[in-house]
Amino acid sequence: MLEIRNLAKSFGGVKATNDVTLDFPDGSLTAVIGPNGAGKSTFFNLITGALKPDSGQVLLDGVDLAGRSPPEIVRHGIGRAFQVASIFKSLTVQETMLAAVSADQRSSAVLHKRFPLPETRDRAEHVMELLGLAGKRHRTAATLSHGDQKLLDIALALVLEPKVLLLDEPTAGMGPEERWRMIDKVRELWETQKITVVFIEHDMDIVFKIAPKIVVLCYGRILATGTPDEIRNNSAVIDAYLGTEHAGAAA
Amino acid sequence: MTELEAGRAQALPSVRSGAALRRYRDLLIAVIAFAVLASLPLFTGSKALLDFIIRCSAYGLFATSLNLLVGYTGLTSFGHGMFFGLGAYSFGLIMQKLGVPIPVAFVATLAITAVIAAIIGAICVRLKEIYFAFVTLAFQMLIHSTILSWASFTGGDQGLRGGIPRPVFLGIDLANHVHLYVTSCALLILGLLAMRQIAQSPFGYTLRMIRDNAARASFLGIDVWRAKLTVFVLAALFAAMGGMVMALFVSGAYPEFAYWTISGEAIFINMLGGVSTFLGPIVGTVLLLLLNDTVTRFTEYHGIVLGVVILFFALGLRKGLLDFVAEWFAHRRDAGEGR
Repeated sequence: MLEIRNLAKSFGGVKATNDVTLDFPDGSLTAVIGPNGAGKSTFFNLITGALKPDSGQVLLDGVDLAGRSPPEIVRHGIGRAFQVASIFKSLTVQETMLAAVSADQRSSAVLHKRFPLPETRDRAEHVMELLGLAGKRHRTAATLSHGDQKLLDIALALVLEPKVLLLDEPTAGMGPEERWRMIDKVRELWETQKITVVFIEHDMDIVFKIAPKIVVLCYGRILATGTPDEIRNNSAVIDAYLGTEHAGAAA
Repeated sequence: MTELEAGRAQALPSVRSGAALRRYRDLLIAVIAFAVLASLPLFTGSKALLDFIIRCSAYGLFATSLNLLVGYTGLTSFGHGMFFGLGAYSFGLIMQKLGVPIPVAFVATLAITAVIAAIIGAICVRLKEIYFAFVTLAFQMLIHSTILSWASFTGGDQGLRGGIPRPVFLGIDLANHVHLYVTSCALLILGLLAMRQIAQSPFGYTLRMIRDNAARASFLGIDVWRAKLTVFVLAALFAAMGGMVMALFVSGAYPEFAYWTISGEAIFINMLGGVSTFLGPIVGTVLLLLLNDTVTRFTEYHGIVLGVVILFFALGLRKGLLDFVAEWFAHRRDAGEGR
C-alpha cells in the first residue's frame, strides 16, 4: 500500500503541494485531476524522487521513501511514465526493453558479457507483447509515432515490475480515438497486472468512465476524493473545476 | 504451449548464439587485422610506413577512448589529452627512475592513471555539458603547468630527455624497430578489442541510455553518476595506453603530449572519422596523420589547410567520414527493401 502523509513542497512562496495525505490501497486504480497548476505533476515528482519534499512521508508498504533518489525509489517499486514520452531516441524498442531489464536486474554495469543478457529476454518480450510493441521491436524509438512513444514510455516503467505505476497524462497530445485506445490499454494493464495505478488525466469523460476512485487537487491541496458519482456531485469541485456541465449530466 | 510462447522459445537460442557469434566475429576481425599488420615488415622495408602505423596506434587508442566518452556517453571532454600526457610521462619516469621491467611500468602507469582519473572524474562528471567540457580543460591545463614548472622531476619545457630505457622482456626488445612496431600493433588491437567489448556490453548500453536521456535512465534505477565516472576512468586508461605507445616511439615525453592541443586533435579526429561507429576514430586518425604528413611537406601554413578540411566536414558533411558511409549503406538497404 502507498500512503502519503502530510506531504508538502513550496517553490518560493507558492505551496505547490500543501499538506497532502492520501492512501492508495494495493491494486487500486486512481485518477488525479485538477485545473492547470494544481500541483498534479509536482505531486508525482515528490513521490518518485524527482523533487525532494519539504516535509511529510511517502510510505510504500511501511517504508518511508520521502527525499530518496529516483534510482532508490524505483528499486523499491514505484515506476513512472512521463507527460512527454521520455524514451531513448537512438535505441530500438527491443534494445530499450532489454536494457531496462538489465538495469532492474542490476546488471547494467556488467562489462565482460555481450548485450543483451539471455536472462533479460523473457521479461522484455512479455512487456512488448503486453503493450503491442513486439511488431515494432526493431524500430528506432525516435521513428515511432507519438502514441507508440507514449506506450514505450509506459513499457519502460512496466518492465521493471513495479508495485505502483504512476502515469502522468498517458493520453496527452492524442486525438480522441487514440485517447480511448490508450486508456483502455491502461485499464487492461491494471486489470491483468494487479498493480496499483495512479494516473493524471484532463479528459473528464475518460476519468469518470474508468476510474473507480478520483482525487481532485487544487492549489496544491486535496479538494475532494471519492467515487465518480461523489466527485460529480461535490459542490466544491463543481465550483472550482468542473462547472455545471458534468454535474448536469449526472442529475 | 501458446503460439506466443512457441515464438519466444524459438527466438531465445537464436539471440543467445547471435550475441556469441558477434563476439567471435569481432575476435576474428581482430586476429586477421593483427596478422596483416604484423606481417607487413616481411613485405616492406619502409621504416616510414611502420613509423606511421606506430603513430596511428598511439593516436588511434587515444581517439577511440575519447569516442567512448563523446560518442557513447555524450560526455564531451576537452581535456582528455591529459591522460595521454600522463601515460607518457608516468611510463617514462618510472622507466628512467626505477628501472623496472617494461610490463611492470605499464601496469603501474595504468594504476596511477586510474587513481588520478577517478579523482578528476569525481569532480567533473557531475557537471553538465559545457561546464564538464571546460572543467576537464582546466584540469588539463593544471597538469600541463605542473609538468612545466616541476622541472627537476619532469624536465620542464625540455621534456623527459636522455631516452627511455627499454630492457628486453619475454624476448621482446623494444629498442628493435620491428619489435616495437609489432608490440604497438598488438596494443592497438588489444585495446580496440577491449573497448569494443565495453561498447557492446550491458554497460555500453547503459552509456547509450545516459547519452540519450540521463534523467530517464535514473528512473530505471541506474546510478548515472557512477556509470559516468566508470567510463571516464576506463577511457583514461586507454588514453594512457596511447600515451605509452607514443613515449616508447619517441623514447621520451614532452609537455606537448599533455597540452590542450592534443585534446583538440582527438576531437578533430573524431569529427573527421565520425562518432556513430566504433571504428570512426580509427579512420579519422589515419586521415589526420596522412593530412598532417602530406600537407606539412608542401606548405608551412598547414594550419590553414587543416582548418579548411575541418570546416568541410563540420559544415559540408555535418558528420564524420564513417558516419557518412554508414548512412549511405543504411539508405541503400532501406531503398532495396522498399522495392
